[in-house]
Amino acid sequence: MIEIVLNGAPRQLPAALTVAALLEREGLAGKRVAVERNGEIVPKSQHSQVAVATGDRLEIVVAVGGG
Amino acid sequence: MSDSLIIAGKAYASRLLVGTGKYKDFTETRAAVKASGAGIVTVAIRRTNIGQDPNQPSLLDALPPSEFTYLPNTAGCYSAEDAVRTLRLARELLDGHDLVKLEVLGDPQTLFPNMPETLKAAETLVKDGFKVMVYCSDDPIQTKILEGIGCVAVMPLASLIGSGMGILNPWNLKLIIESAKVPVLVDAGVGTASDAAIAMELGCDGVLMNTAIAGAKNPVLMAGAMKKAVEAGREAFLAGRMPKKLYSAMPSSPTTGIIGS
Repeated sequence: MIEIVLNGAPRQLPAALTVAALLEREGLAGKRVAVERNGEIVPKSQHSQVAVATGDRLEIVVAVGGG
Repeated sequence: MSDSLIIAGKAYASRLLVGTGKYKDFTETRAAVKASGAGIVTVAIRRTNIGQDPNQPSLLDALPPSEFTYLPNTAGCYSAEDAVRTLRLARELLDGHDLVKLEVLGDPQTLFPNMPETLKAAETLVKDGFKVMVYCSDDPIQTKILEGIGCVAVMPLASLIGSGMGILNPWNLKLIIESAKVPVLVDAGVGTASDAAIAMELGCDGVLMNTAIAGAKNPVLMAGAMKKAVEAGREAFLAGRMPKKLYSAMPSSPTTGIIGS
């Protein structure tokens, strides 16, 4: 079990996993999203290599309507 | 006549830029954006709603990035740090797209820009390779500083964001336009078509608006009105208006050949 903060809320995950696997879990695989881990961008090309570890702070963002 | 808006070396057919917020649904968003003729549309960057259905329609379906130039903004950011983080995420999200709208707000009531933080963010972003269009106060000194930092367009407010109060200080805008070497766009404050026309008649290179269209009773109709107003204002500026005078004693019709004379 690992514990992360996902979009500002605490989140428990069964085991360490990659960013790509996390997106898959959230139903966001293949969607246009951007990911930041501990304040650093995780480029799309590295989603399947970068692992999510306990204590990580992740942000997953999308484009929405705005002025 | 080709009279494109040139930003960072790229030509855009329309001088009207529109926001994509506050619409009833994406169908209305798309209809209004299409009616406005805008090629550049602003978007916000927000956290995904974790746990919600990820297959709901999205803005990207309504306004495909292949059809429009996205201008990601930093709305809601109150510090240089948050604004820079947001735009780095936007660049990643939009496959390296580097044209962005920087706005760092000073307070949630007026949404007036925080200029010291705006300058700080602009410096970081320009160094990081972004092409920065910057929302700012209508202060010709600040706009010169932003231009010096390397921003590709300065976007002073005409009145407060979402206020619809129109062009409150045309003289400051004039000063900014006279001194600027980069495009000047009025961003914020336009309420109706005549406001947009006034901004363009002053010599602005473009106008950016959201609420004036989305907040109209009929947004799609207003979007068309804004398109015409921006075009009319631009043409009037290029044509060069007649001088104002209290009276001329020079009627438009011939003064000779009047019967009975």
